[in-house]
Amino acid sequence: MTTATAEPRTRRARKNKKSVPPAMRRTRGEKVYNVVNIILLSVFAFICTYPFYYLIINSLSNNSLSAAGDVNWWIQGFHLENYKTVLGLDGLAQAAWISVARTVIGTVLTVLASAYLGFMFTQQKMWHRSFWYRFVVITMYFNAGLIPMFITMKNLGLTNNFWVYILPAIVQPFNIILVKTYIESIPASLQEAAEVDGAGTFTVFWRIVLPMCTPILATVAIFSAVNQWNSFQDTLIYMTDSKLYSLQYLLYTYINQASSIANSVKAGGSVTALASTATPTAIRMTVSVIVVLPIMFIYPFFQRFFVKGMMLGAVKG
Amino acid sequence: MQTSTSTETDETIGMTGGAEAVIGRETVAAELTEEGGSGHRKHRLTRAEKRARKQAAKELAAHTIDKKHAVRLFLMVAPLLVLVVLFSYLPLFGWSYAFFDYEPPIPLSQSKFVGLQWFEMLVQNPAQLQQIGQVLMNTFAMSMLNILTSFLPVIFAIMLNEIRAKWFKNLIQTLTTLPNFISWVLVYSIAFAMFSSSGMVNELLMNLHIISTPIKFLDSPDQVWLKMLLWNLWKGLGWGSIMYLAGIAGIDPELYEAAQVDGANRFQQIIHVTIPQLMPTYFVLLMLNISNFLNNGMDQYFVFQNAFNMKYIQVLDLYVYNVGLAQNSLSLGTAISMLKSLVSVALLLIVNWLSKRTRGVGIV
Repeated sequence: MTTATAEPRTRRARKNKKSVPPAMRRTRGEKVYNVVNIILLSVFAFICTYPFYYLIINSLSNNSLSAAGDVNWWIQGFHLENYKTVLGLDGLAQAAWISVARTVIGTVLTVLASAYLGFMFTQQKMWHRSFWYRFVVITMYFNAGLIPMFITMKNLGLTNNFWVYILPAIVQPFNIILVKTYIESIPASLQEAAEVDGAGTFTVFWRIVLPMCTPILATVAIFSAVNQWNSFQDTLIYMTDSKLYSLQYLLYTYINQASSIANSVKAGGSVTALASTATPTAIRMTVSVIVVLPIMFIYPFFQRFFVKGMMLGAVKG
Repeated sequence: MQTSTSTETDETIGMTGGAEAVIGRETVAAELTEEGGSGHRKHRLTRAEKRARKQAAKELAAHTIDKKHAVRLFLMVAPLLVLVVLFSYLPLFGWSYAFFDYEPPIPLSQSKFVGLQWFEMLVQNPAQLQQIGQVLMNTFAMSMLNILTSFLPVIFAIMLNEIRAKWFKNLIQTLTTLPNFISWVLVYSIAFAMFSSSGMVNELLMNLHIISTPIKFLDSPDQVWLKMLLWNLWKGLGWGSIMYLAGIAGIDPELYEAAQVDGANRFQQIIHVTIPQLMPTYFVLLMLNISNFLNNGMDQYFVFQNAFNMKYIQVLDLYVYNVGLAQNSLSLGTAISMLKSLVSVALLLIVNWLSKRTRGVGIV
């Protein structure tokens, strides 16, 4: 190994020529470093992932074993009673519906508005274009604050109103910058050709620009969807009507009042074996799994969009 | 209805203004020709005039169409601009509530104007002052800890970059960025499952007879700042490193080659090439962190707060919520919100100015 320094191109190194920087001779110190490095990274990755796994196996395991702390590595006494109980809980279906609705409607509207405004702000002929662009973008840098915002929403009649989830999130300066930069980077000749053929501004947007922007819009969509799904604060501040609670907020109330929920389950529930009776802990974990599953499912597939969004943001920032 | 009326007015104004300007210019041109003219004066003047008139008419028409088009383009975005006004500018007028004694059912117009009473109360009442002091200290502590650990993503990225197996690299990246995409409520739910007195860690330690009574990880006033920092890192470290990974990928390979020619080993290459090359990115993010010094956000601290750790967990954002909405003292809450927003903007401007001075480029 150590003699390979003069001619470091072993077969493997040659195969990986591109990914391996030249002259990767490995001294003993470097080998130790590599092992330590791999161990540290693996440990951190384990710490990041294990809690999710723990929640999932415990929500599926025998509740008395789970309560005794015996379920740490794999499912023991598999059953689905927890899920049956939780799906029958008051308000859960409603909250899930609200969360799905706000995610879908909010994402669609944000994507369309970002694309539209991003495109319109490239139209040099617009009346005082640069002023209006700045008028929108500058709102990224200030914020009236929580209480003034609450008072405004209240005055606008948006408290205890589903649209408070949607409307304030539609115009996002950051997304508009992303889309505008993207549109400016593609050649204008297509747009011009369409205009020569007599297409109006809106037709150019809908038929030409929108389809061309799909890569950047995918990024906007995925960020917007995750934000809508995860949002908790707006329910806390603007909603007192439990019909409008989001899944995240419901989970929060479950964590804080899990014992009373278990009581209500027991009061109304049938007599079942102790092993499958939903304990407060079991309910909490099961609801958590339900809330986290959509993210866990979409995340690996859309990771590249997240990463790309971050990069584009960095270019601007 | 209203928008269409305003269109017409705008266009009319535009048209008149344009016409006047054009006519004015033409008159001047005609006068100039007149002065400079010699023989065949009348004949040439009329021709020049004719040409000028034609030109003016053409320009006027083009101008009107342009103007019409320009205003139409604006009207196409106006409905969305209304949203910006409603949700970004209108709340600024909510600041006026800080100068009244506002009690929700009574409208602002019938509330008593109290001037700076709320602001004075913040600095004069000793109990209040002490509480604000603690809140500011918590805010500063959390922000400082986050800034002091902001180099960790750089190290993580460098470590990850040293891995040669691509699949392993991708796997680690995917697993460590996942926590960034779950809400703080879920983080709290996880914390509860792992660290509550009947949580996984306590059960494990008790089953192993290492401890006899459960350790209170969540409901104790000890090391609250540190715990919050750790949760922050758990959630954000992997994601924070992605930017630096991209930065490393963008480093010119010639730099490494040059370092190797000079006999640098891998560690020396990291220290003398990778880290200096990442510094500009790090600096920008650091500046952004500093400008967000007061904005810790509220979700994390809200979900983790309880009667035991209240004193040390209450950061400014959470304090505003607790005062304004939980205790329903909207005017005082507004006053604090307002001060916080003003200081934040000032911080951003200062940091931007500093960045311009030192690097020649602003951060905003």
